[in-house]
Amino acid sequence: MLPIQTVEIQNRLDSLKDQDLYIHLELTTGAYAAHNDSTKHPAANFITNALVRYGIGSISGNGPYRVGLKMDKGWIYAEGLTHYDETDAERLIMAGHDSSGKLVVALQLSREPF
Amino acid sequence: MEYQRILVVLPHPDDECFGISGTLAKHIAAGTQVTYACLTLGERARNMGNPPFANRITLPQIRRGELEQSCQAIGIQDLRLMGFHDKTLEFEDQDLLDLKIGELLAELDPSLVITFFPGFAVHPDHDATGAAVVRTIGKLQPAARPPVHCLAFSHNHRESIGEPDVFVDVSGFLKQKIASILSHRSQFYVPQLFEKNPHKNREVQERFGTERFWTYKFA
Ligand SMILES: [Zn+2]
Repeated sequence: MLPIQTVEIQNRLDSLKDQDLYIHLELTTGAYAAHNDSTKHPAANFITNALVRYGIGSISGNGPYRVGLKMDKGWIYAEGLTHYDETDAERLIMAGHDSSGKLVVALQLSREPF
Repeated sequence: MEYQRILVVLPHPDDECFGISGTLAKHIAAGTQVTYACLTLGERARNMGNPPFANRITLPQIRRGELEQSCQAIGIQDLRLMGFHDKTLEFEDQDLLDLKIGELLAELDPSLVITFFPGFAVHPDHDATGAAVVRTIGKLQPAARPPVHCLAFSHNHRESIGEPDVFVDVSGFLKQKIASILSHRSQFYVPQLFEKNPHKNREVQERFGTERFWTYKFA
């Protein structure tokens, strides 16, 4: 994983638009959040291999970054992205890691199911 | 007390390292056969190394490698990857979970089973795993049930289930235990363990030298 380079991400978002894609979108505080600190409210969600299609997709911010994907009838949004997998040419694998390296958010797009 | 065969049922790679790796290494040194059924690959873990070297795609295979390394460090002879998915066990088909655990029990006829204490193990997968194990063993005739030693660490556990009744001195097996913990390099960073000869460090000995279990009492 490398720190996000916005030009590279924007190019990839453009190359994936207007086609059916499988998405993995996730946000998590971790299952131990409340165990480690009772003031924390544990929450998490993920959706894997839902089929989506967007016409406009862009990345913005100065890091951590935001990505918005405009679909025919709705939106996909993720905030807090910091890293991407530079070795995966086919799929767009992005994640947001906190200061201790823990994953907080993930947004992945692929033409094949995950 | 020596056991001929121990069956360990836990949901995540790394669940073995802090709580039972020393106990397993000790029994293995005395001749016990150990089967470790790991239900998932921990593919939804948040720890990815620091700086992160894993992602949601690569994590399952990285964790599989770490688990194999940990098992090797402990001396575990038989690792079974059960193919369930991290974070989903509480929603999984209970009959399927029980069937898989029942098959292991029938095949291995273990003299001891180790798992999480259902309701007192913090992570929903831990509780669901322990629940499936005691549910499946509970269906056996009382005389056919192997003893079940459970791990518990939720904040409320002592009020409900009291003190542990099994204490294992693993001070002679800290090398194996530390190697098991260090295997899971995407998941843990314990600075003390990177010092020279960590198994001789007094603090490490106090923190890791005893493992504790609760024997499950079937109704
Ligand atoms: Zn676990």
